[in-house]
Amino acid sequence: MSAIEQRMIRIIGDGAEVPDADVPDGLSEKNLVELFRWLVLLRTFDLRAVALQRQGRIGTYALYWGEEATQAGALYACEDADWVFPSYRQNAIGILRGVPAATILSWWRGYGGEYGFYNPREHRVAPICVPIATHLPHAVGLAWAAKIRHDGIASLSWFGDGATSEGDFHEAMNFASVLKVPTVFFCVNNQWAISTPLHKQMATETVAEKAAAYAMPGVRVDGFDPIACWKVTKDALDRARGGEGPTLIEAFCYRIMAHGTADDPRLYRDEAESAKWKTFEPLLRMSAFLHRLGVLDDGQEEEIYAEAKAVMAQAVSEMEAIAQPDQSILFDHVYTSSYPWTFSEGLEELQEVERPPAATPLSPQPASGGTGDHDLPPPSGRETT
Amino acid sequence: MVEALNLALRQAMANDDRVLVLGEDVAQTGGVFRVTAGLLEQFGEERVVDTPLAEAGIVGAAIGMAVYGLLPVVEIQFDVFVYPGFEQIVVHAARYAWRTKGEVPASIVVRIPFGGGVRAPELHSDSPEALFAHVPGLKVVCPTTPRDARDMMLAAIEDPDPVVFMEPKRIYRAGRQDVPEQLPFEFSNGHEKRNQLLSTARVAREGTDLAMITYGPALPLCMQAADRMANEHHVDCQVLDLRSLYPLDVDAIISSASRCHRALIVHEAPRMAGIGAEVSSLIHERTMLELEAPALRVTGFDVPFPQFANEDDYLPSVDRILAGALKVLHY
Repeated sequence: MSAIEQRMIRIIGDGAEVPDADVPDGLSEKNLVELFRWLVLLRTFDLRAVALQRQGRIGTYALYWGEEATQAGALYACEDADWVFPSYRQNAIGILRGVPAATILSWWRGYGGEYGFYNPREHRVAPICVPIATHLPHAVGLAWAAKIRHDGIASLSWFGDGATSEGDFHEAMNFASVLKVPTVFFCVNNQWAISTPLHKQMATETVAEKAAAYAMPGVRVDGFDPIACWKVTKDALDRARGGEGPTLIEAFCYRIMAHGTADDPRLYRDEAESAKWKTFEPLLRMSAFLHRLGVLDDGQEEEIYAEAKAVMAQAVSEMEAIAQPDQSILFDHVYTSSYPWTFSEGLEELQEVERPPAATPLSPQPASGGTGDHDLPPPSGRETT
Repeated sequence: MVEALNLALRQAMANDDRVLVLGEDVAQTGGVFRVTAGLLEQFGEERVVDTPLAEAGIVGAAIGMAVYGLLPVVEIQFDVFVYPGFEQIVVHAARYAWRTKGEVPASIVVRIPFGGGVRAPELHSDSPEALFAHVPGLKVVCPTTPRDARDMMLAAIEDPDPVVFMEPKRIYRAGRQDVPEQLPFEFSNGHEKRNQLLSTARVAREGTDLAMITYGPALPLCMQAADRMANEHHVDCQVLDLRSLYPLDVDAIISSASRCHRALIVHEAPRMAGIGAEVSSLIHERTMLELEAPALRVTGFDVPFPQFANEDDYLPSVDRILAGALKVLHY
């Protein structure tokens, strides 16, 4: 476990040289199994989505294989009333908060409106943020509003190491600390922003130390350890709700896979390195840990995987049952209080000619290595897009 | 106009405790133009907030507050300073409703004091309205009278969609008009009147010979030019104050142009892809056969807003408007 630094908070050991720490207070055996269930559901979604992309059934997809601990662990620490703000890397987080998996898949399939979007207020999950770090001020503003209303809730935002270079990251951190906003900044430091490695992104050794400039705690955690992610997030949320302001969490891990299905990491990094990091991936670690604790057996584990597969099979058929949306979807919900005359004219213009054939995702992109999705067809060459 | 805007904010804040004001120097000093003066004393520091100096942070936080259900009114200190917040306005505020099935619009008002004529230092005078009017999902409005300023501000706050509220700096204190305390519409029950205030133009002067179509800081100049056209050239000009830059009041534009058969479009902003270009297209597309001459434009030039020693050379003047009007007449 040499690649994982000593200073980081970690609960799950390696079952050999690195000992397990005690399960933190607040996590029952039932909770541990449920957290594992969440990890498996996220993993299953991700594998399924990559497969669908390879088959040309959805468009380009940003995978998160290996980062499930940072997502499920953090979310599991949230109260139901807390709001979370995902980036595209946490695109499927909503499925753990009641957003239909078919909705997220439809979004990746290029469907908008009621098919690809959801009501954030229903799930306390903000819309998936696509530009980098621009959702952090929203998370701050929302928690600030909740503070003004004395509602006792907090918000949490996820973002990557690359996001820490953006102005919005610093503005959000500063606002949160000046105004003592109950929010948690959860940085998934996977050490790669597409092809840009950490050392080209920042001159500091860690992300966590940036917290000092904003007079807030900066915590480093093993980003492959779901229980440790849960623990640091829980502490940060308690602190936030207790009126003590924001916390910056750095979940240190590695982007074991490509940035997205259109990315080929062999162009810019040594894939032997990611193979090394792959041995730390959270699902195998969590499973081994739960087996050591005796709270999970093979039969249960199989059941959990089967359940997740069934959820995704259902989601895929739901997604594929949706026909291409009507042309009116272009104009729907752009404004909520009016329908500009230009929209009516636009619709009329569309009706004057035959509708173009339904768009399908661009030709399926073959796996380009390093995706690790072992149950997929083998790579068949470089991508040509 | 400053007092009228202040009145609108007071009325909206008194009516609904979800309304709050954020910006740089808006609380303690009441804003550099004093639009928010006295609000801190009346509504307290939770609802009138001096924020850190960061426009992306201010607009972004306002969006988050709106998602939670509050109704923030953001002040951008000067036009040029809006650009760091541009991404938040364009990418997020404008798209929030669309990205949430219409369930969660970003109900914010972004107030932007804009334009020249106040002898401001470099990079304190700009006319970015066309940039916003080009962005689907935003409403962009610009009042020119105190009464409109008050009524349109109330409408903007009431409107669930994000509104970019352009405030012409040089007519902030240019004239007086009584603004009744009485509200232009009933709060939470004025959908129709509210939409009307945010989507319709106003005939500022009736006329039959030439339609001057303008908005914001150029309106008083057009009124003066119209007077001179009447006195010196016996030409009766109609002046149309657009008020709403998105959506444009196409009916009012068409009716002015067809009534007068000649049109001149005037604004301070650079000409290239400005609001005037769109107005001109609408006129030519829809009234070509009724026109006696092509519609012309008198605008700022396609250059950076100059240092103030030369700002009067850049800004449309009454003389330039007059010259433009005569060109249309004698085409």
